[in-house]
Amino acid sequence: MDLITPELGLIFWTGISFLILLFILGKFAWKPILGAVNTREQSIKDALESAEAAKREMENLTADNERILQEARAEREAMMKEAREIKTKMIADAKDEAKESADKMIVQAQAAIESEKKAAVAELKSQVASLSIEIAEKVVKSELSDTDKQLKLVEDMLGNATLN
Amino acid sequence: MKTTYFTTLKSLVFGVFFILVSTTTFAASKGDSEGSKEDQPFDTKELIFHHITDSHSFHVAGDFSVPLPVILWTDNGLVTFMSSEFHHDVEGKTIVERNGQRFVNIHEKIYQLDQGAGTATFDEAHHATNAGRPMDFSITKNVFSMFLSLAIILLIFLSTARSYKKSDNNLPSGIAKFMEPIILFIRDEVAIPNIGEKKYAKYMPFLLTLFFFIWINNVIGLIPVFPFSSNLSGNIAFTVTLALITFIITLFSSKKYYWKHMLWMPGLPVPMKIFLAPIEFMGMFIKPIALTIRLFANITAGHIIVLSLISLTFIFKNYFVGVGSVIFVVFISVIEVLVVAIQAYIFTMLSALYFGQALEEEH
Amino acid sequence: MSLALVQEVATNFGPIAAVGAGLAAIGGGIGVGKIGGAAMEAMARQPEMQGKLQGSAIVLIAFIEAVALFGVVVSFLVAG
Repeated sequence: MDLITPELGLIFWTGISFLILLFILGKFAWKPILGAVNTREQSIKDALESAEAAKREMENLTADNERILQEARAEREAMMKEAREIKTKMIADAKDEAKESADKMIVQAQAAIESEKKAAVAELKSQVASLSIEIAEKVVKSELSDTDKQLKLVEDMLGNATLN
Repeated sequence: MKTTYFTTLKSLVFGVFFILVSTTTFAASKGDSEGSKEDQPFDTKELIFHHITDSHSFHVAGDFSVPLPVILWTDNGLVTFMSSEFHHDVEGKTIVERNGQRFVNIHEKIYQLDQGAGTATFDEAHHATNAGRPMDFSITKNVFSMFLSLAIILLIFLSTARSYKKSDNNLPSGIAKFMEPIILFIRDEVAIPNIGEKKYAKYMPFLLTLFFFIWINNVIGLIPVFPFSSNLSGNIAFTVTLALITFIITLFSSKKYYWKHMLWMPGLPVPMKIFLAPIEFMGMFIKPIALTIRLFANITAGHIIVLSLISLTFIFKNYFVGVGSVIFVVFISVIEVLVVAIQAYIFTMLSALYFGQALEEEH
Repeated sequence: MSLALVQEVATNFGPIAAVGAGLAAIGGGIGVGKIGGAAMEAMARQPEMQGKLQGSAIVLIAFIEAVALFGVVVSFLVAG
């Protein structure tokens, strides 16, 4: 029975001792110890996190570089393509223009030739007409110099007229 | 990580064990002198009870014991004297007189004789008939041992704290290297899983103090030489005080849900709620009582087993039994070293569990 | 005969207290043994859970042990 009857004195001293211990240790031991451990853990965590962040940034940087390179390549490609297009277009344009001007020249030349030809033909015609009139004049003069011949002509003419 | 904590604890425990083994022989020689002093059959019960109960003087070896101060609060105020004034008398024969009040020591309990009584008289059951007990705040063997543990704990942890302050990168050095895994064990395996990540920090000082107070006192009880060897943590007054403090903190940190869960269990039919409420309510008080009994009985039982095994030698007075009992004592001591650490852990663990239950919110 | 036994017990509580403590030890032993066996089996099945299992096994053992210790305490009470 003695064993399980708590003594007042010991309860008192235990309570006092424990509370003193709790107070002193809480203030001068647990607080600095847990604080130090927490700070250390926090700093380790921070270090790990910053390393992770650096790594991620590094990755980002490489990805960026890659992207920029890609873009540059694409741009060059586009520029080349454009240049090629311009070249072909220019060539085509030049060709077209040349052809057009040639055509125009040909047409002009043809027109000039045509008009020259027309003028030449007209001159020829007029010369032929005047020549034939002259000849006709001479022939008529010679034909109509004697009476026989005049008669014969009338007869021929009349003969032709009946034939008609 | 978890296993490393256990490994650390284990190595710690074995370190203490070797100190223990080297001093076990002292305990044996102590028992020897007591046995041969009187020429009567060896009284095991007397030896064991003398050891596991509290006393007003600290027995060192043979006839030598250290007197301790007796502090009494009587009707006439404070009375103090040294326990050596009783001259090792525990039968109530030697009377110490102070301010006209007479005190006797009956089985290590101080009695104040009634007015006018010359000597203590006893009935058949050996209870004093003409004496009452004043309030006794004496520095007994257990209180002395507690002060010793206080000094040891303060020494250890103040130097631990200092070693952190000295290092500029918060790394432990010296004794802190040894203590930090244990502190982290309490934090990561006891406080956080039971109380929760958010609120555990408030309870850490209490849990740490509790753990080390119990553990160091348990270990002190296992060392069988003079300034140690008291059965403080196997004394019910000690355990009941700690359980009471746990109980009070539980009540103060309890939330509404705790009481609702206890008195009107949600999600049950009404008759069941009525049936459960008194059981749960009683459970609230049984928890600290179980804490008290567990630590008290474990430590006391450990002391009784070790002393019983040593007593076997003096009962049989035989060399072979002596050798056998020492081997058994060593074996039991190894288990005890583990048990005292586990008991301190369990007391802390269950305290944390109760705080966690009290803090639980409705979910 | 039984009356004589009861008288014997009443006058001398010592032996019966020892029997009580022994019975408490049997009960506690069975309980702790079952927990230990189950914990070992669980650890063998899932070695990665070892730390957790160890912790909870110790706590459960403490609960069982408390019941046995109540018996021991009652025998303390009787034995004086």
